[in-house]
Amino acid sequence: MEALIEKLKEQIIKQLNLEDITPADINEEDSLFGEGLGLDSIDALELIVLLEKEYGIRIENPKDGQKIFFSIKTMAEFIQEHQKK
Amino acid sequence: MTPQITAFCHIKKNQVFLNGKSIFSAGPEVDMREFVKAAFRNTGTKYPKFFKMDDYSKLGFLAAEVLMKEVDVSTIEAKSTGIVLSNNHSTLTTDQLFQESIQSDESFFPSPSVFVYTLPNIMAGEIAIRHHFTGENAFFVSSAFDPDWHTFYINQLFDSKKISACLSGWVEMDDQSLDAFVYFVEKGNDLRNESMLHTVEELNNLYKINDK
Repeated sequence: MEALIEKLKEQIIKQLNLEDITPADINEEDSLFGEGLGLDSIDALELIVLLEKEYGIRIENPKDGQKIFFSIKTMAEFIQEHQKK
Repeated sequence: MTPQITAFCHIKKNQVFLNGKSIFSAGPEVDMREFVKAAFRNTGTKYPKFFKMDDYSKLGFLAAEVLMKEVDVSTIEAKSTGIVLSNNHSTLTTDQLFQESIQSDESFFPSPSVFVYTLPNIMAGEIAIRHHFTGENAFFVSSAFDPDWHTFYINQLFDSKKISACLSGWVEMDDQSLDAFVYFVEKGNDLRNESMLHTVEELNNLYKINDK
């Protein structure tokens, strides 16, 4: 899980062009949207693409997005759970 | 009364000029995209969204940022400040980037953040959001910077009272080079730089002033 979280941080920084932010700056439990990393709706779409492109996971129900993308940790848990299947 | 140019910024060949004076530069070995990012950091502005923009918008946004530091914003009305920009390639480089992401059926991952920048007026939108300009705006595509069109169109906006000030210019970029010339036009009785009238001759002169 630890390795997956670190990998996710790096992928998100790269995919979302979060310049001037390093993996160490991101707390895995901080919210990705709003006050945390301050991501926006386009970033949310990029995260959906990232999950599909890098992990082959497709989000079937868009309503689940809010829970899945709450933080790096919730994303990692979702990936781990769905990759086992 | 002819509107007047109160500030102008030119970015080209890894140099940023403000009112004709070089204020930031990098050697020719520096990649032009890295140069734009470095020049933006040099402005001291904290605006993380900048780094998410496509290359065209970054360039136009940077030029506007440098320019607006020279404009006395207390004297302008943001709600009647317009934006009129133009270039040659529209957003061709970004369009190609997006096309590459959907080229292959096996690797079909269209990027939403690339797609949103496949219209040149998005650049105007980014500048408008940053500086709260809500006046008339337009983006034109022409083969080269066209002072005749810019003066005609903008002076007409002033005459019809659609705008009270305007950020205007040319923001062009391709794989090899970039060229951003933006200027601020105002109309009033007590403006600085009174000799810089918004005329074809003056624009031609200012556009070439750093060629020497």
